[in-house]
Amino acid sequence: MPGGPLAELARGPSAYRWLRTAGTGFARVSSLVALAVAWELAARSGAFTPFMLPALSAVLERIWSDLVAGDLVLNTGVTLYRAFTGFLIGAVAGIALGMGISRNRFTHWFFDPIISVGFPMPKIAFLPVVMLWLGVYDISKITMIAVEAVFPVVTATIIGIRGVERELLWSARNMGATERELLWQIALPAALPQIITGLQVALPIALIVAIVTEMFMGGYGLGGAMNTASRFADSRGVFAGIVEIAVIGYALVKGVMLVRRRLLLWHQEALAPSTV
Amino acid sequence: MIEPAIAATSGGSQQRRMQAALLRYLPLLLLALVWEAGARSGLISTLALPPLSTVAAAWIDLLKDGELVSNGAASLWRAGAGLALAIVIGAALGIFMAWWRPVNVLLSPLVEVFYPMPKSALIPVTVLWLGFGNGSKILLIFLGCMLPVTIGAFNGARSSEQALVWSARSMGANRLRMLWDVVVPSAMPELLNGIRTALALSFILLVSSELIAAREGLGYLIGFLGASGTYDAMFAVVLTVALLGFIADRIYLVLMQRMLRWRE
Repeated sequence: MPGGPLAELARGPSAYRWLRTAGTGFARVSSLVALAVAWELAARSGAFTPFMLPALSAVLERIWSDLVAGDLVLNTGVTLYRAFTGFLIGAVAGIALGMGISRNRFTHWFFDPIISVGFPMPKIAFLPVVMLWLGVYDISKITMIAVEAVFPVVTATIIGIRGVERELLWSARNMGATERELLWQIALPAALPQIITGLQVALPIALIVAIVTEMFMGGYGLGGAMNTASRFADSRGVFAGIVEIAVIGYALVKGVMLVRRRLLLWHQEALAPSTV
Repeated sequence: MIEPAIAATSGGSQQRRMQAALLRYLPLLLLALVWEAGARSGLISTLALPPLSTVAAAWIDLLKDGELVSNGAASLWRAGAGLALAIVIGAALGIFMAWWRPVNVLLSPLVEVFYPMPKSALIPVTVLWLGFGNGSKILLIFLGCMLPVTIGAFNGARSSEQALVWSARSMGANRLRMLWDVVVPSAMPELLNGIRTALALSFILLVSSELIAAREGLGYLIGFLGASGTYDAMFAVVLTVALLGFIADRIYLVLMQRMLRWRE
């Protein structure tokens, strides 16, 4: 989450800090617990049919039985494999393209309009086209994911490289760096915070698209399993899917944040108070 | 976002500006030509890629028999209603979270947990609750687009300069007045950026939910035409949706710049 809400609390006088951290930690957990309890109570109160809102306990039971049966691991694995492969292809292509666009006049001329028109488009509309071309298996899903993931990375790379301080480039050039060294050793590391931000945008998109493609085409994967559950009016299965996907999305976003902190230890943003 | 690289020079005549625009968008024209030539020459099967001219003809047919208009209206109504709800409720929530700490402490864990959730997971549930019609799409778009707006509003409101808040307070503004006159305007830039993210997301959610579970709308039309094998018409609708998304973003950018004109 960009600029966490609780960041300012960490800046209090050190004597209070521990108490405050403990207090906010409690508050944080308690509002999640309250939500869970409210769900359970609402479902049990009879105000909703079990079809509209199955009890949390029933949903957890369902997740557990999926886990024991091995379906959960299989479906999660398949979904993550697709999302990550597409994301990686999109990330590498996006960074390469962004570097090319920043450095080469012809690449810039050719790709700049394509990207500025393509970026705000809902590319998911091309899903049936991609399916027509590449079938209903992994290739079409991964292609769709890569196409969606590439745009935020390209734009972030371009913005990052454009924003590199001129003094940095001048002094490197003054010390005899070649254009190639300038790009790899100065511009790219200096643009890294922006590039990682682009990757942080692209990864959740990759997961969203993975799930949509699976829902659309069916088969294995968390989206496919939810689709099947919804076809058979199996609302426990649908809610189990939501909880599973929410947990995975949360874990992914937190993971990327850790990677960011590790990669940017040298950068001044690491000195800033840690955001939630 | 990449802004026009070859900005028209201030003193440039109309013609020079036209030329610059032509040069800038030439690659898109080239792509269109390659598409047409590739499909016409038989290099690519017309089943996989109908020629652009055929697609254009199919688009005009769709427009004439009213399919495009009726489904387009349904889609735009869903996206518009969902987005409007998301903006109003999301922005209010974000500003209150920044303004009043108890709200923040209570809600920020929920925001933090639900923000990274892939919103497409909600498609089957909204269908379960509200069926195949407008309600499920509006609910989905509202839920999916609210949090980016909330976070934009929150970050913007939180970053409102202390000096401004203090001087407003010293001039005797009460809390509510200050909220409206100081905090909301200074939250504007980030809030507007959050809304832009939400706008893009609303199109993605709209199209995916209509592809998966709907009986009208542009996404439904794409799926229907694809399933019946009329690929030229399908391409026409796909391009229409893509273009609508692009146009909406451009219009929003212009509005956003206008709304932020009061800043230096």
